[in-house]
Amino acid sequence: MQVDYQTLRFNYERAPDHHDAGTTLYPVVVIGAGPVGLAAAIDLAQQGVRTVLVDNDDTLSSGSRAICFAKRTLEIFDRLGCGNQMVEKGVSWNVGKVFLQDELIYTFNLLPESGHARPAFINLQQYYVEGYLADRAQETENLQMRWKSNVIGLTQNDDYVELQIETPDGVYPLRAQYVIAADGARSAVRSALGLDSRGRTFKDRFLIADVKMKAPFPTERWFWFDPPFHRNQSVLLHRQPDNVWRIDFQLGWDADPVAEKQPERVIPRVKALLGEDVEFELEWVSVYTFSCLRMDSFRHGRVLFAGDSAHGVSPFGARGANSGVQDADNLAWKLRLVVNGDAPHTLLDTYAFEREYAADENILNSTRATDFITPKSAVSRVFRDATLKLAKDCPFARRIVNSGRLSVPAVLRDSPLNTPEEAADVFSCTMVPGSVCTDAPVQVDGKDAWFLTQTGGGEFTGVYFCGLGDDVAQTAERLAELGRLPVPVRSLMVVPRGAAMTAAPGMTIVEDVEGIVTHRFDARPGTFYLLRPDQHVCARWRALDAASIKTALNRATCNG
Amino acid sequence: MNKLNIESNIADPDAFYEKLIDAHNGLTDEESHFMNAKLVLLLANHIGDADVLSEALALARGSASTANAAPEQTH
Repeated sequence: MQVDYQTLRFNYERAPDHHDAGTTLYPVVVIGAGPVGLAAAIDLAQQGVRTVLVDNDDTLSSGSRAICFAKRTLEIFDRLGCGNQMVEKGVSWNVGKVFLQDELIYTFNLLPESGHARPAFINLQQYYVEGYLADRAQETENLQMRWKSNVIGLTQNDDYVELQIETPDGVYPLRAQYVIAADGARSAVRSALGLDSRGRTFKDRFLIADVKMKAPFPTERWFWFDPPFHRNQSVLLHRQPDNVWRIDFQLGWDADPVAEKQPERVIPRVKALLGEDVEFELEWVSVYTFSCLRMDSFRHGRVLFAGDSAHGVSPFGARGANSGVQDADNLAWKLRLVVNGDAPHTLLDTYAFEREYAADENILNSTRATDFITPKSAVSRVFRDATLKLAKDCPFARRIVNSGRLSVPAVLRDSPLNTPEEAADVFSCTMVPGSVCTDAPVQVDGKDAWFLTQTGGGEFTGVYFCGLGDDVAQTAERLAELGRLPVPVRSLMVVPRGAAMTAAPGMTIVEDVEGIVTHRFDARPGTFYLLRPDQHVCARWRALDAASIKTALNRATCNG
Repeated sequence: MNKLNIESNIADPDAFYEKLIDAHNGLTDEESHFMNAKLVLLLANHIGDADVLSEALALARGSASTANAAPEQTH
């Protein structure tokens, strides 16, 4: 039976903390069961950290909201055990088209190369994403979900945070070593701490009309500047599952946000695009403005901010929910090491440093796109229109046209957790320390598999590239030693196609059947990459050296 | 004869475009117009090559009609 996630209500249960108030100290409490809070809670619980997730109501997202989920987010969902469900339900796409008036000016492909498990994007209504994550959360051990549990107070102590949780059964105190505030753009936790998120608000209004219809449009992102059916403004068309189409109309700053939501205003706009005779139903309508904002610091003592509570962007580029899920990805393993006593609390400062950097990159891209779509002065409008006019004939102008630079993970080049490369170790590929590990098709135990799913089960992963002449038994022993370190490193041994090698205990043999792993890592026999639990490269060498790996591991966990 | 390069030739086009627009901050429309004229002259002098400049002039003139105007002239 198909669950209707739009109307689904979760069961509120009376929390045990009502009668034994303050006696339990939870390692982590996550506030907010949106995509970011759910991802963080599942990740922590999967890594064995006892986690409580509280949410102020008992329903999922109202309306489709964030519909574009990027490749990196899907890879994280794969790690959390619900990527397949998302991709099966979602609409996969790689191609975008940009039109000026009624003419196509260019087409772009966000993932022109094959050999990746996941597409550049899927479109999927936010209530499905939250629903699948909530289903996954409910079956995850170590994770308690508490609905209708509203945080009305927060005090930080030396050793713990105390939250006051308001429920239908009254208020109870809830203590945690650390709190993740994933409670959205209007974060109550942020207000409770007297903090704010600052930046720039854009003077424009947009109308979202989700329309249900049978339509012949391909599964591509279509963006019009100044189309005949909506003069002087932009329009974005996107396909979602269940025959729903997202249409996003730019309205201008002077539009009346209440009147524009009325069906008698919306329907003619949709008909202008689709034609008079196309039958459709309005599924969801919303008028919005937006800001690019961020908090000065994402860490305040034992409280970590993630997602919209910490940063906000315009929707062009799908950098909101996607960057929030990446916050969770970055934070979960660090918190696990800290609460387990395997790393000092300063590791959490690197969460703030890395994700503040990523937020700045997202805000920069989002601001530039918005300035192109909504020119902020007469002269910028002239340059914008001139660029669009040139774009059809001149490739350089196409690179300037900006209808949104779509979400890609930030490369954390300047992270203090990276080990600088040795001058003699020359690599020519994009997988520099700080970047997310690439994917590639491989075989494991003679079966087709994806490289990325072999990494990051909450642990550091060492990727060793074996040559045909290697002494496998001896190398296996050296790699096995890494698995016995205080913060263990699981090893993958990448072997050339057809190499007959048997797996040693605690190690996976990955057969690089098409040579793509070797190519994408620019690997030679002996090359070794160290990946963090969030699948980011933190160090790489041309030769296997246990002492260097231990030093890099200490650095990546702030134990050095 | 040298040809006008219409392929992307700026390492970070988004950063350049932002800089270009921001260079006009605080100017009136008339001042912006004047600044653009100076900018064209500076860049033209830097390019120097008469064939390239002629080609650029023709290409720019060809799509000079604004977004809402009548069909473009051919050239």
